[in-house]
Amino acid sequence: MDIFTKFQPLHNAFEQLMSISKHNPFGTTIEKMISPTIGVINGRQTLLFGTNNYLGLSQSDAARHAAAEAAMQYGVGTTGSRIANGTYSLHQELEQDLAKFFNRRSCMVFSTGYQATLGMVSTLAGKDDYLFLDADCHASIYDGSRMSQAQIIRFRHNDADDLRKRLRRLGDIPGNKLIVVEGVYSMFGDIIPLKEFVEVKKEENACLMIDEAHSFGIFGEHGRGIAERDQVEADIDFTVGTFSKSLGTVGGYCVSDHPQMDLLRLCTRPYMFTASLPPEVIAATKANLEIIKNHPELIHKLMDNASRFYHALQNAGFLTGPDISSVISVILEDLPQASQFWNRVLELGAYINLSLPPATPDNRPLLRASIAAAHTTEQIDQLVQIYIQAAQDVGVALKI
Amino acid sequence: MTETIESVSQIIIETLLENPKVPRNITPESKIIEDLEFDSLAVMNFVMEIEDKLDVSVPLDRLTDVRTIHDLAEAIISLK
Repeated sequence: MDIFTKFQPLHNAFEQLMSISKHNPFGTTIEKMISPTIGVINGRQTLLFGTNNYLGLSQSDAARHAAAEAAMQYGVGTTGSRIANGTYSLHQELEQDLAKFFNRRSCMVFSTGYQATLGMVSTLAGKDDYLFLDADCHASIYDGSRMSQAQIIRFRHNDADDLRKRLRRLGDIPGNKLIVVEGVYSMFGDIIPLKEFVEVKKEENACLMIDEAHSFGIFGEHGRGIAERDQVEADIDFTVGTFSKSLGTVGGYCVSDHPQMDLLRLCTRPYMFTASLPPEVIAATKANLEIIKNHPELIHKLMDNASRFYHALQNAGFLTGPDISSVISVILEDLPQASQFWNRVLELGAYINLSLPPATPDNRPLLRASIAAAHTTEQIDQLVQIYIQAAQDVGVALKI
Repeated sequence: MTETIESVSQIIIETLLENPKVPRNITPESKIIEDLEFDSLAVMNFVMEIEDKLDVSVPLDRLTDVRTIHDLAEAIISLK
């Protein structure tokens, strides 16, 4: 028995997967980027439908130029934490830009989206507090809850009544209550019924944090997410999100109107004990935020694409998630079928994500496509044809 | 009716046996992860079912010390 013995079940599961999968679904390498939607994989030009590059901005000219200029002016790294030498005026400008974009008093920028949710959840919920987490919340939220030392209570996915029941079960037990939800859940791409959750939050006098990682830049008239779409922004205490999806770079943020937000800079460990984002990333993110502000047509194009893809899959008889968002998943029966389907789609020229239990809800494997504004209508139609062909080739039963 | 560790263990076993994949010979001493081959998500989903049956909330951090069905019953009794 050695230090790796405990990983034997994982090793066995991976070996089993690789015995039936020609390509490693967790080891795909993009050898070259041709455009935001085409890359070279295994030496072949491949349609990219497995990135989170929802607005295609990872390749924007404005961001590339801003990054190059910042690198020339400031260098390529800060080599320090935000609370030491790692805050440049660029970081403060981006925080001000984001606060203004969200109409909020303040913003904290983190080095990754993971650290933003990890930091906010773990710091806000103290030892005597209660965290209420949606059953399908992202790993960063669950990891943050473990760091928090708070009491963690899980409620049924997207079920505000279930949350209410669990909050009421606590009775008069002292301690603050923080509810954590997501705007769009990353596996099925399903959307929160946020108004219902806001009602519960108000009734039970709890704080509400929403992670808009997969909805920022996509929902709401200005792209501020599901809270904007549902007109409940004033009832959200903390909004967290990432730069690594619609904004096309890397990093994370939290915006809030709470006047004590600056105090959190002095006690949020995932903010304090890591190097800050390099200048070129901050400059690129600032440039892409401007694009989102000035080009609302990107949101419309993305939703048109998503809607086209979703309805085509449904018409073809695939089992999909319940909502249309930038993430559209097909639900399959078992691991061998899902693995064969994913490999066949890759061979037919498209890269999507294979998501496997326990990372998926309901213990079902998913084929997850990320739809982007940058995809052309022809590319969407091509992916639909690839799915139909792959389903025929590997024997996925379609409900016609 | 006052619930005891034994009666709660019985309710847990009955709930587990509703799942056809669970071995039929489970006892209060069965280990939830090892003997039932539950992953972390399956444990959390199963605990949610038990919570609703018994109208109790089991904070997730309480589960770190739970190995067997008996341990889970004990944790639930201490919360009621």
